[in-house]
Amino acid sequence: MKNTPPGEDVDNIVQLSQADMASSDWSDLLGSLAAKPDKNIYARLFNHFAPKVKAYILRLGVGVSAAEEVTQEVMLSVWRKAHMYHPEKAAASTWIFTLARNQSIDWMRKQKYPQYSLDEWSETASESGQGEQEVLSDRVAKAISQLPEKQAQVIYMSYFEGRSHGDIASRLDIPLGSVKSRIRLASEKLKQIWGGENYEH
Amino acid sequence: MSINHHLDDATLVSYSAGALSQGMALVVASHLSICPQCRKRAEVNDSVGGALLESLEAETVADGMLASILTRLDDMPVQLTEVSTDTAVIDPEIPSPLRDYIDRPLDDLEWKRIVPGVAYYDMPWEGHGVSRLLRIAPGKAMLAHTHNGNELTMVLRGSFSDEVGRFRRGDVADLDDQIEHQPLVDSKEDCICLIATDAPLRFTTLFGKLVQPITGF
Repeated sequence: MKNTPPGEDVDNIVQLSQADMASSDWSDLLGSLAAKPDKNIYARLFNHFAPKVKAYILRLGVGVSAAEEVTQEVMLSVWRKAHMYHPEKAAASTWIFTLARNQSIDWMRKQKYPQYSLDEWSETASESGQGEQEVLSDRVAKAISQLPEKQAQVIYMSYFEGRSHGDIASRLDIPLGSVKSRIRLASEKLKQIWGGENYEH
Repeated sequence: MSINHHLDDATLVSYSAGALSQGMALVVASHLSICPQCRKRAEVNDSVGGALLESLEAETVADGMLASILTRLDDMPVQLTEVSTDTAVIDPEIPSPLRDYIDRPLDDLEWKRIVPGVAYYDMPWEGHGVSRLLRIAPGKAMLAHTHNGNELTMVLRGSFSDEVGRFRRGDVADLDDQIEHQPLVDSKEDCICLIATDAPLRFTTLFGKLVQPITGF
């Protein structure tokens, strides 16, 4: 775990700007890799995502040389698992994020991060149309950038530093309940962007 | 299966962020494996991770990495499946994420008795909190307790009731230190739950405080 001041990410985060290619283009590319192995397509995906995957892994607190190794493993699994990717289910960045998250944690804990299987993931009936996921991904990025600072802070500390509720509470010196309600508020806003669905509890 | 009690948003966000303890993540993944509704919410949170990944400033990757991967790809078998294909040993009572740690039917596990009517089976790792299966006989109550942190309980068999409501197979109780509760098993059969905490429990009765050192909670 990096020993940076709490929520430093809020100031350091680069703007969630449009890259040269829209996220839908990356999803299309990964989708065609899913249909047919192709080294040229893989190389383009690698050049875009590997440096971001490494940045993510470093933020989680993995050491520099190990981060290089884990990045390589993540990018290898992009090739090996590409056929399980469905562009209509998730943006390429989302799919690669989950691979990077799981493998970083596996590496740090020497324990497999419990996950519902990719098979079940791909079996979930998709109710949204082709291409909608990418549009949503861009909207999610915009929504994150619009969160109030205190909510953005707990989101960044969760996703980029892998901190638990209790850990965030003690670092920010606020009660556990406040951490959770900030995360819930942020999540609620992001869900409204996602489709305004009401979930029962 | 009708599921009435779901995961808290704050828990689902931390799961997607990779910020849950091993035990808590196991309960979440187990619930997600049988709850399409929560799975959909989890996918939203994963997409937040994807958007954040996309937002990161690139780090320099070693020059040779792509070349070295490309030379390995020809010998690289595609990974066909993630799950065991041996359907004969799959016990539908055990959610798929839990099958990595449980290799036999729940009744055949080596349960350790805490007090009459209450037994547990620990997951094979250590952490700050608890991660175990708990088996409680009909009519028995868990010791009244509160938490310093979060507590997740997923019902695998039977049912229990507490101040929040009634919990049946598939339901999760997602609680924190705001709540002091004493679950009572109200099914005819034993209630078996998968539980995890991210901090030690605090028992609120004298008896609980006395047995705490023995039970390992």
